[in-house]
Amino acid sequence: MHANSVRLVQLVILVVIIGGWQMGVSSGLIDRFFFPPPFEIGGQIIRWVTDTSFYRHVGITLSETVLGYVIGTAFGVAAGVWLGLSRNAARIMDPFIKALNAIPRVVLAPIFVLWLGLGLWSKVALAVTLVFFVTFFNAMQGVREVNPVVLANARVLGARRSELLRHVYFPAAASWILSSLRTSVGFAVVGAIIGEYLGSSAGLGYLIAQAEGNFDAVGVFAGIIILAIFVLIMDSVLDVVENKLIKWRPNAAEKPA
Amino acid sequence: MAVAALKPVDHYHPSPQSSAKPMVALQDVRMAFGEFVAVDEVNLTVADGEFLAIVGPTGCGKSTILNAIAGLLKPAKGTVSIDGKQVANVGGDIGYLFQQDALLPWKTSIENVELGLMFRGMGKAERRALSMDWLAKVGLKGFEDRYPHQLSGGQRKRVQMAQALITGPKVILMDEPFSALDIHTRHLMQNELLRLWQEDRRAVVMITHDLEEAIALGDRVVVLASGPRSRVIDSFPVDLERPRDVAEIKLDPRFLELYKNIWASLRGEVEKSYARK
Repeated sequence: MHANSVRLVQLVILVVIIGGWQMGVSSGLIDRFFFPPPFEIGGQIIRWVTDTSFYRHVGITLSETVLGYVIGTAFGVAAGVWLGLSRNAARIMDPFIKALNAIPRVVLAPIFVLWLGLGLWSKVALAVTLVFFVTFFNAMQGVREVNPVVLANARVLGARRSELLRHVYFPAAASWILSSLRTSVGFAVVGAIIGEYLGSSAGLGYLIAQAEGNFDAVGVFAGIIILAIFVLIMDSVLDVVENKLIKWRPNAAEKPA
Repeated sequence: MAVAALKPVDHYHPSPQSSAKPMVALQDVRMAFGEFVAVDEVNLTVADGEFLAIVGPTGCGKSTILNAIAGLLKPAKGTVSIDGKQVANVGGDIGYLFQQDALLPWKTSIENVELGLMFRGMGKAERRALSMDWLAKVGLKGFEDRYPHQLSGGQRKRVQMAQALITGPKVILMDEPFSALDIHTRHLMQNELLRLWQEDRRAVVMITHDLEEAIALGDRVVVLASGPRSRVIDSFPVDLERPRDVAEIKLDPRFLELYKNIWASLRGEVEKSYARK
């Protein structure tokens, strides 16, 4: 199907859903208390977006997400590469990692609030625990699946251990790590939002929790949509980063000489 | 200059064995994987500047011998030495041409070629210049910034050759280097290899299952018994003059005679290895 007609069909679906929803509410078929009309939600979003204090909330959620993401990813890559290289360390750590990963992360939120207070860092900690494991498992897998011939070649050419890490293991693991980075953006947002939702005084999660406390469905829906846009923007930023970092990978457009 | 005088100067003297010092020596080598003994009691000497081809049935442990010389595997028994020094570790004076694609896919041709020099600590400008020369030598001028996936199979092999030879290794190991290429590309690459080797003769140990290739390229062909516990069972000097053209030399009557003799020895082993399956 042509790209333009795909866009057209997508637009039609969107119009039908939103239009049907709006008409359903107008005609009284849908209860506007639970499903507020799309135009009201849109109005709420516009009110927020044009209000400068809204950006304080976005800024706080953004910094929690980014901090949780960066710290969790850094630890995840370091631990993953380490355990990927050392079979013994991996064998010893295995039950502990499985046990830690088995804990539903949401139950940790109160503990982090207890330890780190209601501010930024308790949310960052929650995001870190979510992001860490995704990156960790991918980095470990990436290091383990290094092509043994390429590795042998680099060793014969005289690479020392640190050089093997830099020139073979990290680049080989990079595509695995990067693919996990995209998943973990979502997790970082989840961590930050849940943290805010459970106890905070600012942030997008706080906005949603507040709206919910007032039985304000318009606010809840508007918050959800803002969050979705928020994640989409971060995702497209990562797209650019990924293409910059892995330019060696074959893609469909390029034909071998 | 006494050493230089000892080296064969004319190309019509194919076997430098008698005059040159031994470069690679395997003494009573056994390679084992747990209980499984791949090769046993292997004694081999490769003279400096000699091109040794090893043939044998599939699964007879040919590659393990190469990996032992490279230091990638340790022998269970016996010693491997290069230029009189026992091989203890990987990363010595060795160039290894692998059967599979061994280029680092995240590095461009030139970055791949310069790896060995970089690991030896050569400065950036110097190694770039040398790598450019080598890429030109293997006929890939203008392909410096291509990634391996943007090159054809033959071009990737050329980059691999430059990568393995640029450090001027004392010993060049080859593990069925051209078996994945089509027949025309293979002939081209074999001639290319002979040309490069002729410029600067090093000790070569090449493994192949292709007897024609072994005779066409080698100064000597060694036959391995079928595995397990494979050993060297025969050694044939190849007294064909150099420089050779691999496609033409196959029509030489002496080539055919050699082929007959070596095949007589190899055939029994190939049949044994099939009978065992």
